Amino acid sequence: MATEMTPDVSLETLVSRRASSSPWSDAMRRLRRSPVALLSGCLILLMIFIAVFAPLLAPHAYDAQDRAHTLINSGNGHALGTDNLGQDTLSRLSYGARVSLSVGLIVEAIELFIGVSLGLLAAYKGGLWDTILMRVTDAMFAFPDLLFAILLVGIIRPTSPASSFLTVFVALALVGWPGMARLVRGQALALREKEYVEAARATGVSGWGICTRHLLPNMLSPIIVALTVDIAGIIMAEATLSFLGIGIQPPFPSWGRMISDARPYLRSQPMLLVYPSIALASVVLAFNFFGDALRDALDPRLRQ
Amino acid sequence: MFTYIRNRILLAIPTLLAVSFITFFLGYLSPGSPIDIMLGQHSDPARVKQLEHEYGLDRPPLVQYGSFVWGAVTHGDLGRSFGTGQRPVTQIIAEQFPTTAFLALMSMLAAVAFGIPAGVLAALKHNRLLDRATMGFVLLMVSTPAFVFAPLLMLYFSLKLGWFPSSGWEGQEASFLGLKLIVPDWQYLIMPMVVLASRPAALLARFMRSSMLETIRQDYIRTANAKGLSPSRVLFKHALKNAFLPVLTVLGNTFGFLLTGSFVVENIFTIPGIGYQSVQSILSRDYPVIQGVALLVAVIFITVNLVVDILYGVLDPRVRYEGAK
Repeated sequence: MATEMTPDVSLETLVSRRASSSPWSDAMRRLRRSPVALLSGCLILLMIFIAVFAPLLAPHAYDAQDRAHTLINSGNGHALGTDNLGQDTLSRLSYGARVSLSVGLIVEAIELFIGVSLGLLAAYKGGLWDTILMRVTDAMFAFPDLLFAILLVGIIRPTSPASSFLTVFVALALVGWPGMARLVRGQALALREKEYVEAARATGVSGWGICTRHLLPNMLSPIIVALTVDIAGIIMAEATLSFLGIGIQPPFPSWGRMISDARPYLRSQPMLLVYPSIALASVVLAFNFFGDALRDALDPRLRQ
Repeated sequence: MFTYIRNRILLAIPTLLAVSFITFFLGYLSPGSPIDIMLGQHSDPARVKQLEHEYGLDRPPLVQYGSFVWGAVTHGDLGRSFGTGQRPVTQIIAEQFPTTAFLALMSMLAAVAFGIPAGVLAALKHNRLLDRATMGFVLLMVSTPAFVFAPLLMLYFSLKLGWFPSSGWEGQEASFLGLKLIVPDWQYLIMPMVVLASRPAALLARFMRSSMLETIRQDYIRTANAKGLSPSRVLFKHALKNAFLPVLTVLGNTFGFLLTGSFVVENIFTIPGIGYQSVQSILSRDYPVIQGVALLVAVIFITVNLVVDILYGVLDPRVRYEGAK
């Protein structure tokens, strides 16, 4: 701060700099200053890059079986070796990033849609809507998420490997939406009492307009933080379901499934288990840390 | 207090009804007839008809659901498994649950025995090496999933050192409250228990540490120190008791982790408990068993939450329930 006050910076530049700093650019500036945020942010960008360009980056197709070279350490065009079916570990890891990320994003999108609509409805309409939402979310909070998802997957069993994606999306979104709904409701209840909302209402803005133009934009930062932290939990949940054999079905690669499939070869090929474990753990940690850093950056008052 | 407990139990009834309703209708709507899965694709149509009738699947869904609820309420009948033997669901649960409960209880004890002292010590040595080491360990345990941790333990302790068997559950048969269970030999118990306890232990340690840090900054602790009480007396008589209260609510959540964790751990170590059974049932689409487990889980959680709330009231007289007034 003190360096900005040096005499060679004119008052005009200072004023214009001041005027151009929105809360978002302030947050970005704070984010760039935190080493944890930078490191975890880079890891997340790397994962997104790998997930998006998996077909170009992966040396083989995710389900190509090189029967002549099964369970090798490396070589023969397999940089990280192959599994028991001769499938290339590096290729499956890259496509696995795609699976993890798409499960994370799609589940979040569904959660966001249900959570925002129900949360706003409950906060804005109140009364019976609010009571019902609170009762339902209370009941759902009483159960551990993952256990709930396991049982849901059991009930809506997929009929084909491709439909296993749909099953995982639905199960995880059904488990996850109450958290988002409660967050949106709480934010909306607090914001509803602000003067600018009252002013908007007095000038005759419709309920829809108040929700979309005044309430939602002002609760964006807690929602973004929640989404970032949530995605770690969703990726972990997908991996657990797939590990148990009830998540994403082969031939589609999932890190959880890769860990499970590697277990019989633990003694001879331990790296088969280690690679997907490292991928999973680092991505989950990165999203957790980035979420924390984002929270600090968006709301400096919360910093401990 | 009695009114409060009664109200909570009454509130549990709609929750249980909702759980059974959702599991039943999601199962009903999901594609594929369970009988086809039971008999295989090219089965005799007459046999399919007969089995559908035996299971009552030829009735309208609401009638099926009604008779399920009636059977469950009047004589604790949760239907029969679609699997081999067509055994009653309650019988399957009664056989598998004691093992899960035993493992969960042991892990809970281990988690408390490790997590609470670790948290207290970390708080007393705030920002010193022991504190940082404990918190680093906590972070590691919270972010390492059981299905990564367990194989690594197996690799080292079973395959390399040969100390513990890498899977299995062998020991003495015992009976408790009319339920039979196998109490495993300690070699079989150690690794599953450590894996299952690691996450709750880490969470307990973290929570105990922050609660303790808050407590030792209170005025009454300063007073106790100032009037010359020995440090151990201040710790045990004044600080611990108050710091432990908020941790109690976390114990309830811990139980959630243990039950969820047992689904993973039982499958890794092939332990014949409810978690292993559930995943097998899911893979073979044995809906009645899944439905039964869902209800069991609901009952367990409603009970645990209630017990935690009651204990909280007993330990902290400041908490007053509406019903107790």
